[in-house]
Amino acid sequence: MAFLFAQFLTGLANASSLFLVASGLSLIFGVTRIVNFAHGSFYMLGAFIGVTLMEILPGHFGFWGSILLTGLAVGVIGAFVEIVVLRPIYRAPELFQLVATFGVILVIQDLALMIWGAEDRLGPRAPGLRGVWRIFGEPVPKYDIVLIAITPFILFALWYLITKTRVGVLVRAATQDREMVGALGVNQAWLFTGVFALGSALAGWGGALQLPKGGADLLMDFNIIGAVFVVVVIGGMGSLPGAFIAAVLISVLNVLGVTYIPQSTLVLMFVVMAIVLIIRPYGLLGREEVAGEHGQVGAPETPIRPYGPTGQAVIAALLLVLAALPLVVDQFVLILMIDMVVFALFAASLHFILGTGGLVSFGHAAFFGGGAYAAALLVFHTGTPMELAFLFAPLAAGLLALGIGWFCIRLTGVYFAMLTLAFSQLVWSLAYQWRAVTRGDDGLVNIWPSDWLSETIPYYYFTLILGIGGILFLRHVIHAPFGYALRAGRDSPRQAEAMGINVKRVQYAAFALAGVMAGLAGGIFVFSKGSVFPTELEIAASFDALIVVFLGGVKTLAGGVVGAGFMTMVEDWLTRLEYWRLLLGLVIIAVVIIAPEGIVGSIRTAWNKYRGTEEEIAK
Amino acid sequence: MTEILRVENLKKSYDGFLAVNGVSFSVEQGELKALIGPNGAGKSTCFNMLMGQLKPTEGDVWFDGEKITGKLPREVWRRGVGRTFQITGTYQSMTVIENVQMALMSHHGKLFSIQPRAWKLYREEAFEFLETVSMQDQADRPCSILAYGDLKRLELAIALTHRPRLLLMDEPTAGMAPSARVELMQLVADIVRDQGVSVLFTEHDMDVVFAHAHHIMVLNRGELIADGNATEVRNNPQVQEVYLGGGTLFKEAEDA
Repeated sequence: MAFLFAQFLTGLANASSLFLVASGLSLIFGVTRIVNFAHGSFYMLGAFIGVTLMEILPGHFGFWGSILLTGLAVGVIGAFVEIVVLRPIYRAPELFQLVATFGVILVIQDLALMIWGAEDRLGPRAPGLRGVWRIFGEPVPKYDIVLIAITPFILFALWYLITKTRVGVLVRAATQDREMVGALGVNQAWLFTGVFALGSALAGWGGALQLPKGGADLLMDFNIIGAVFVVVVIGGMGSLPGAFIAAVLISVLNVLGVTYIPQSTLVLMFVVMAIVLIIRPYGLLGREEVAGEHGQVGAPETPIRPYGPTGQAVIAALLLVLAALPLVVDQFVLILMIDMVVFALFAASLHFILGTGGLVSFGHAAFFGGGAYAAALLVFHTGTPMELAFLFAPLAAGLLALGIGWFCIRLTGVYFAMLTLAFSQLVWSLAYQWRAVTRGDDGLVNIWPSDWLSETIPYYYFTLILGIGGILFLRHVIHAPFGYALRAGRDSPRQAEAMGINVKRVQYAAFALAGVMAGLAGGIFVFSKGSVFPTELEIAASFDALIVVFLGGVKTLAGGVVGAGFMTMVEDWLTRLEYWRLLLGLVIIAVVIIAPEGIVGSIRTAWNKYRGTEEEIAK
Repeated sequence: MTEILRVENLKKSYDGFLAVNGVSFSVEQGELKALIGPNGAGKSTCFNMLMGQLKPTEGDVWFDGEKITGKLPREVWRRGVGRTFQITGTYQSMTVIENVQMALMSHHGKLFSIQPRAWKLYREEAFEFLETVSMQDQADRPCSILAYGDLKRLELAIALTHRPRLLLMDEPTAGMAPSARVELMQLVADIVRDQGVSVLFTEHDMDVVFAHAHHIMVLNRGELIADGNATEVRNNPQVQEVYLGGGTLFKEAEDA
C-alpha cells in the first residue's frame, strides 16, 4: 500500500511538467487553431537551454532563476517562429499550418544537434532538494514533493490569467470567435503572437522543470509530443482543468503501468485516450465542436473536372515516359521510382479521405503498414505464395479500416484525427511487442516476390500497373456519384442529411476504401523491400503522408501524388548531406510560405491569373 | 382537403427553459402556411423539430398519417419532406447544377455508385429544376461565387428535386432585396398552385406573409397565439399586442 502511494506521488510529480507543456499546446490550438507539432521541440529547447543556464548560474537562485529565464527564452523563440513561419500562412486551408510546424521540428532538431551535440545531458539536481523524504517508509525524492506542491499553483495562476484578466478575456473571446475579436479592434496578429509565445514558454518551463528528474536529449521532442496530444485530447481541447486532470491520469497510469504491466507502456495512454473518446467524443471537459463553427478558412475548393484533352495528353505522355524508363535508366533510379509510386499511392489514399472526405487522419500508416505486415506474416509463417499473400495486403488493411473506422467515424475534426492516431499506435505496439509473431523490431525479413517478379524491371512494371492503377481508380471514384456524396458530406453535413444522404455511412465506406488502397501500397512496398519493420507503422510514417498531401495541395485532386513525388526527390537529394533535416525543414517551410495552397493549388492559381478563370474565358 | 402535417403538443426545453411550449397545428394538402412571430419566439426551434434536426422534449409530429417524431432528417426526407435553411447550406465545391444533381443522385439511390462521370448524371432533369427557379443561366458557375439571393433560389430548386409533398422553408427571403423577396415568394406560391405541394414557412417580412400565405400562425414565447387567415390574424388583439403593443397591424398590407 505504501509502495502504491509512493508510485502515485511519482506519477503526480511527472504530471506537473506534462501539464505545463499540454496547457501550452491547448492554448495555442484554442486561439490560433494551429495543431502545433513543434510543441515538443519547444519542450526540448527548454531542457537544453535550462541545462546550459544551470551550468552557468550557481546556487538556489541560479537553479530557479535558470528555469524562469528558460521559459522566457523559449517564449521569445516561439514568438520568432510564429512571426516568421506561421503569420504568412494563417489564411491557408485549415490544418495546413501543421506542415509548417513539422518543418520547424526538423530545423530545431538539427540546430539543437549543432549547438549541444549528440550526447545526452544529465539534468543537475535541484540545490537543497537532493535527497529523499520517507513517506510511510517509502523513499520519495524531495524534488518530486516540491513539484507536486507547486503544480496546483501553476494551474491556479494559469486559470487566473485566463479567466480573470483582460488578456485572458481576449484570449477566451478569440478562442470562440477570432473574427469578432478582430472586428472589436483587437490586433489579432499580436494576440496570436502573444499566445504562441506564452504557449511556447509553458513548454520551455515544462522542459526545464523536469531536468532534475530526467535530462536533455535529442529524442525528447518526439517522445513527449504523443503524450502531450493525448493529454490535451483526453482533457478536452482548450480546457485547462481538463488538461490537468488528464496529465495526472496519464502520468499516474504510466508509473503504475511500468511497475505492473511493463509491456503496456508503449500503448497505455493511447488505449486510455481511445476509451475516453469513445465514451466522451470531446474529451473529459471539452465542448462539442460544431462543424463549420469556425468557418471555412481560405478560398473554397473549386468544382472538380476531369482533365481536358491537354491534361489527358500530358498524363498519357507521362505514363509513356514511365513505361519507357527501364530502357534508359539504371536499376538505382528504378528502385527510387518504385518507392515514389508506392508513396504516391499511399498519399493518394490519404488524400482521398482527407481532401475529398474532409476527415483528417493522423494514423493512416496503420493501413499501409498493416497491409505490409499482413502479407509478410503469411509469407513468413506459412510460406504462402507471393501472389496470394499480396492479395491479403489490401484485404487485411480494408478490414482493419472497417474496424478502426467503426469507432472513429462518429467523431469529427481534431478528435477524429487523434482517435485514428491512437488506433495506429495500438497497431504499431502490436507489431513492436508481439515478438512471437511479428519478431518485434527485428522485423520480418526474406519476403521476396515470386520468381517472375524477382528482377527489378518486372517488379517496376508490376508497381507501375498496380500503383498507377490504384491512383487512377481513386480519381475515378472521386468523379463518381460516391465521390460527390462524400464531398457533399464534407461541404455541408446538414444539407446532405436533409437530402437523404447518410453522411457517416458514406464516410465509413470511404475510410475503408482509403484503407484498402493504403494496404495495396503496403503490399507493393513489402515485396519490393523484402522486409517490413515496425517503423512503417510509426506516427512518423503517418505524418510523412500527411505532410506530402498538404504540400501537394489538399484542395486539388493531384495534390497527394505530386506532393509524394516532390518529397521523394527532395529527400533523395538531401539525405546525402550531414544536416539534411535542417535543409529539409527549411525547404518545407519555404514551400509552405511560397505556395500556401500547396504546390498544385498554387500552380493552378498562378495559371488562372495568367490565363483568366474558366468563367472569364467563357465570356 | 386532406391533412398532410399534424403537430401535437410539441415542446422543447433547454435546461428547463421552454423554447417551444405545447404547440399544436396542422397543414393541409396544397396549403401555403406561414409561421410568424418576434425574434426568439421559437420559430426555428419549432421548425427544426419537424424534420428531425432537433429532438422534441415532448409531443408528436405526424406526416401523412405516419408518426415521424424522432426520425432523422434523411428518413423524413425519404418520406417526401423537403426543406431550406435560414442560413443556406449548399455545397461550395460544386457548381450550381451539380448541387441539384447531387440531390437527384440521392433521390435515385446512387449514393454508393461508382459509375463514371457523375457530372453528366441527371443533368437534363437538374436543368429543369433550375429553370423552375430561373437559375438556368448560372448552371455551371461555382456555387461559392453566387449572390445570397441566388443561393436561396438554388436551395429551393434542391428541395424540389424529390418532388416533396411538404416543403419546410425557414426564412426563405431573409437577407434578400425587397424586389427579390416578392419574386421568390411569388415563385413559391406558383409551385404550390401548380404542383399541389404544401409549404410551411417562417418569415419576418409581413408584406411577404400577408400577400401570399393562405393561413398564418403566430408564435410568441413558445406558444401559438393565433392560427387563421390574414384578416383573422390581423384583427387578433393578442397578435396586435405582441407586434405593436396595441394599434392596428399591417395597415399597409391591407390597403395593398
